[in-house]
Amino acid sequence: MTTTTAPAATTVEPGRRPGVRRPSLLRLTGVELRKLTDTRAGLWLLVTIGLTTAVIVTLQLVYADAEDQTYASFFVPSLLPVGLLLPVLGILSITAEWSQRTALVTYALVPRRERVIVAKLAAVVLAALASVLTSLAVAAIGTLVSGATGGAGRWEFDEALLLNAIVFQVANVLMGAGFGLLLLNTPLAIVAYLLLPTVWSIVGELVPALHRPAGWLDTGRTMEPLFSTSLDADQWARLGVSLLVWLVVPIVVGVIRTLRREVA
Amino acid sequence: MISVEHLSKRYGRHAAVDDVSFRCEPGTVTGFLGPNGAGKSTTMRMICGLTPPTAGRATVAGRRYRDLPNPGREVGVLLDASAQHAGRTGREALAVAASTMGLDRREVAAKLDLVGLDAAAAKRRVRAYSLGMRQRLGIALALLGDPRVLILDEPANGLDPEGIFWMRGLLRDFADRGGTVLLSSHLLREVEAVADRLVVIGGGRIVAQGDKSELLAGGGTLVRARDTGALRRALDAAGLAARDSADGLLVPAETEAVGQAAADAGVALAELRPADGRLEQLFLTLTAESTKETGK
Repeated sequence: MTTTTAPAATTVEPGRRPGVRRPSLLRLTGVELRKLTDTRAGLWLLVTIGLTTAVIVTLQLVYADAEDQTYASFFVPSLLPVGLLLPVLGILSITAEWSQRTALVTYALVPRRERVIVAKLAAVVLAALASVLTSLAVAAIGTLVSGATGGAGRWEFDEALLLNAIVFQVANVLMGAGFGLLLLNTPLAIVAYLLLPTVWSIVGELVPALHRPAGWLDTGRTMEPLFSTSLDADQWARLGVSLLVWLVVPIVVGVIRTLRREVA
Repeated sequence: MISVEHLSKRYGRHAAVDDVSFRCEPGTVTGFLGPNGAGKSTTMRMICGLTPPTAGRATVAGRRYRDLPNPGREVGVLLDASAQHAGRTGREALAVAASTMGLDRREVAAKLDLVGLDAAAAKRRVRAYSLGMRQRLGIALALLGDPRVLILDEPANGLDPEGIFWMRGLLRDFADRGGTVLLSSHLLREVEAVADRLVVIGGGRIVAQGDKSELLAGGGTLVRARDTGALRRALDAAGLAARDSADGLLVPAETEAVGQAAADAGVALAELRPADGRLEQLFLTLTAESTKETGK
């Protein structure tokens, strides 16, 4: 390259600079959604989430009793494996910036780090909502196929299930993001996310003194009612308390840690 | 414009940066020089709001970095060319940044073209890039928002000689059009060719700063002839004191005066050049010290 410059670019310092406005949260959320899909790892994670739903519904078509093949019974089982993968998406969206060191670029472009974090959380919540839509769509296909191939194919569906599914998947993806924010390291966050709640479940079962608190703090138990019908006040309270511990606290502490951390 | 006022950064008892102050004016290239580990990168990260300073403050274009509404449009930053997602393509890395800044997508292609990354290179993932290509991508990223200020940490690392020559032209041109450039290096020769001003840092403290010509001057003239005795007599006759050095005779005078003295006496010269100034000496000492420290 030589030092040829276009006539329009004769000065670096024009009087007024259009577009030197703060990027909106909407724009930043769009950027974060793009980052979820623009690498092979991210794309395959999303594809896997979609395929998992399809595989579960297919298995049910083949093996479930014809009488049980309703819309709801196709929809609900697909939530659980997706609910395992969504936290990984939440973790990666946060920790990839640090393991790939792109935080250096991201936070140089947006020095108000809290805005990037809000955008990331919004992006993964949108991904969780999209996963619920995928589950609904695949379950619908399953119901149609079931009806056409001699299964029940009934369109039975309790609206409470949809709300429950949304709460379940959004909570899952945000718990992952919280662990990512807290630990800022991909393998550490994934291992901690998979291990800690399980260990806590086992300990809660084994130690009699912990039976009562476990009913309020073990997300495995507090989330279970989400798969059946609408929750009563006590169940919502237990769910809320457990999410406060496993979701809100990691996010709050993690945000503080990210805001103070040196980016190198 | 960049203004750094009494910046300090301590890690426990270790002072990585200790009371550093300097200014970079529009239209100039400032070379930020120092051996590895002298505190250059930490200072630059503090300017860009990535490392919280222990004391002091820095402003860019009159504002703290974190108060710039859309920093990429005002300051182009390249702190580490390797800090890119290995799984993204070069084009995608720029597209993400362009989208963050709210730039037209055409800027991406224009800047890729400017730094000499062709369509095939832009489509490859950064994982497959050489360090030189990553530097070019990093420079494209820094220039993407058409900023008025550039902050570049060791941008010549990994570039081939042709690439270094190209980058000097680019930075000189940027400054000549009114831009402000701060670039760091651990090699004096690398910034000497392009910088107007130099800030030299060692052990976290500024040890010298000023115009390049001032800092580099004052070393006298080095002169060599096949007949050293005749040269010495010629210099004596002209009233110039000369002392021996490893490369020839060292004369505390301008090259012109020394050359004239030799010509007047009819002595044929083998070499005549400005001797290394006190900056070179200072820099050599700093580098030797830091090598000793890391060797400990």
